[in-house]
Amino acid sequence: MTIIEETSSVPTPRSGDSDTTPLLEVRDLHVEFHTRDGVAKAVNGVNYSVSSGETLAVLGESGSGKSVTAQAIMGILDMPPGSIPQGQILYRGQDMLTMSYEERRKIRGRKIAMIFQDALSSLNPVLSVGYQLGEMYRVHEGLSRKAAKAKAIELMERVNIPAAKARVNDYPHQFSGGMRQRIMIAMALALEPDLIIADEPTTALDVTVQAQVMDLLADLQREFNMGLILITHDLGVVADVADKIAVMYAGRIVETAPVHELYKRPAHPYTRGLLDSIPRLDQKGQELYAIKGLPPNLLKIPAGCAFNPRCPKAQDICRTDVPVLDPVTEQDGTELPGRGSACHFWKETIHG
Amino acid sequence: MAEPSKTEGNPAGPAEVVTPNVTEVAEIDVATESAAVAAIEAPAERGEPILQVRNLVKHFPLTQGILFKRQVGAVKAVDGVSFDLYQGETLGIVGESGCGKSTVARLLMTLEKATAGEVFYKGQDITRLSGRALKAVRRNIQMVFQDPYTSLNPRMTVGDIIGEPFDIHPEVAPKGDRRGKVQDLLDVVGLNPEYINRYPHQFSGGQRQRIGIARGLALNPEVIICDEPVSALDVSVQAQVINLMEKLQDEFNLSYIFIAHDLSIVRHISDRVGVMYLGKMAEIGTDTQIYDHPTHPYTQALLSAVPVPDPEARTGRERIILSGDVPSPANPPSGCRFRTRCWKAEDKCAKEVPLLAIPERFVSSTTPAAHESACHFAEEKNVVHAV
Repeated sequence: MTIIEETSSVPTPRSGDSDTTPLLEVRDLHVEFHTRDGVAKAVNGVNYSVSSGETLAVLGESGSGKSVTAQAIMGILDMPPGSIPQGQILYRGQDMLTMSYEERRKIRGRKIAMIFQDALSSLNPVLSVGYQLGEMYRVHEGLSRKAAKAKAIELMERVNIPAAKARVNDYPHQFSGGMRQRIMIAMALALEPDLIIADEPTTALDVTVQAQVMDLLADLQREFNMGLILITHDLGVVADVADKIAVMYAGRIVETAPVHELYKRPAHPYTRGLLDSIPRLDQKGQELYAIKGLPPNLLKIPAGCAFNPRCPKAQDICRTDVPVLDPVTEQDGTELPGRGSACHFWKETIHG
Repeated sequence: MAEPSKTEGNPAGPAEVVTPNVTEVAEIDVATESAAVAAIEAPAERGEPILQVRNLVKHFPLTQGILFKRQVGAVKAVDGVSFDLYQGETLGIVGESGCGKSTVARLLMTLEKATAGEVFYKGQDITRLSGRALKAVRRNIQMVFQDPYTSLNPRMTVGDIIGEPFDIHPEVAPKGDRRGKVQDLLDVVGLNPEYINRYPHQFSGGQRQRIGIARGLALNPEVIICDEPVSALDVSVQAQVINLMEKLQDEFNLSYIFIAHDLSIVRHISDRVGVMYLGKMAEIGTDTQIYDHPTHPYTQALLSAVPVPDPEARTGRERIILSGDVPSPANPPSGCRFRTRCWKAEDKCAKEVPLLAIPERFVSSTTPAAHESACHFAEEKNVVHAV
């Protein structure tokens, strides 16, 4: 009797033991784009993992490879010109890159869903939102048009769109920016996926609407115990919702840390520079600290540490040796769980 | 839509504006024009108002029909905005998209004709100027645009782009030394003067915005209007451009109107800040007054919604989440425009339009809360700092 109860409470594991396997794990992922001018190395060995109910924020500037990683996970990368020469993307322990097209299609949308940045250009302007929301049910679950529309209304109500029944046949342009983003969220939620990837979900929105949308996303995540990968360049948004943070620069993760730790004691000069260069709402500072120079060209990433031409602490070793993501420890050697820094001088950055 | 004409403090004594958006034929004789030009070119003293905006209104007509167009309404983009810009200061204007802040910028540039109201530049109403005097004003008010990717002509070299203002105002730089002048400008904004023959696509976003700034500086203006100058840039590059703009302000004694939706950046750069909502100014004051002692509920909601990049600070902060969206400016709510989203709204708010003035309860006090706020129930509330 007890044995049956125990097994039934645990969801059937697909391979091995599901408690220790994270929901999604990216291992040493590389993505390249073959262009006329050469090979652009967009992602150069990214590792991260997300568990159920956890929020991972991927932080980086444009061109840091944060969105390309997400597209590779979803399998919506344009190939060619893109290619994945190396790496694994494990969903519950299974490598999605070696799956067949059909197998992947079963995961996409149903298990892993994505919220895109620009809701206006991501929604089809000539189809009603009800039709687009219902498509998820018609394609994946084979529901009838009528049943799918009823489900679409339910979804719109769940993301707090007023008068959902009356608006289900409206077209995307009839909604405001915040509501369109809610519809995108509704679409991602439709099949109650295990993991949602949100690519800059609030960048195009005003702060008051941004707060509404982020709140909604956090509530729904809690309700369904989903994993969430939040891709953003806004350090403020990250501070509000993330559990752990991965900072990306030139296709690599340069620092990982739990959210509180990162803001208190950054262990990479790039993170430190980013934090110092944003003005604060609650205090008026003097001159802003500016990271000198420009983000690197992905066609010719600098040798050694990609950040070395812009780094105030760069030494000779930084120009020759690529730093690996080392675990960060306290001064006395105590381990700091979840922290890592890809800097030759992380000790000086965090402790000195 | 009858337009109340605003006559207070206008030396010219304007005619009744009956039909909005119709260009009046201004008859300015040579003597008054020369006087106007002289007034415009006179140097401004530090601390005196250089730009005075009074009850500025811009309505865009909504028409129906193709051949016989009739007006069925108006989008009230800017509906009675007043503020002063003092010489040498930075006035920040913040608000959500659609609140009319960019239209204000275009009106100040006289790129758009005002429906009603006045803009005084050194005492001259620029909405009524024409000819030589208008040209002199336009030389002294320049603009830096939002998107550095679309505001530079891809077929012109950097030298042509920055030198183009000299074609229109040749008195600023004689023909022979324009090239040298452009190279000086490139140097001033931190670009290599040798890049003069390059095209915009050869530059990154931050560098392009520097080109835009150099173009704005070319005619030695006194006022620069910056419409979201850094919102299209990466975080690490934003700081570079902001620092450059502050340096140039000191160097050339410029006055800025800084329009942005990022409240943290506006606080950093501004001396005074105005908060706009649906075409009206909701609250205006110094940066400390607005950010540390806001009295208008909209300002409070806006500030509380800004995510602060510090997980420790967020725990003690109160967050006000507004429901719904901004109403349409074609059909704004009666009375106070914010009442449909306001948690303090009462019957009075639907009937009476609150005036932008120091709230009565604060008039006699000297606290930082005593600044202009357009709310019937203005009350101080700290939303930025953790309690």
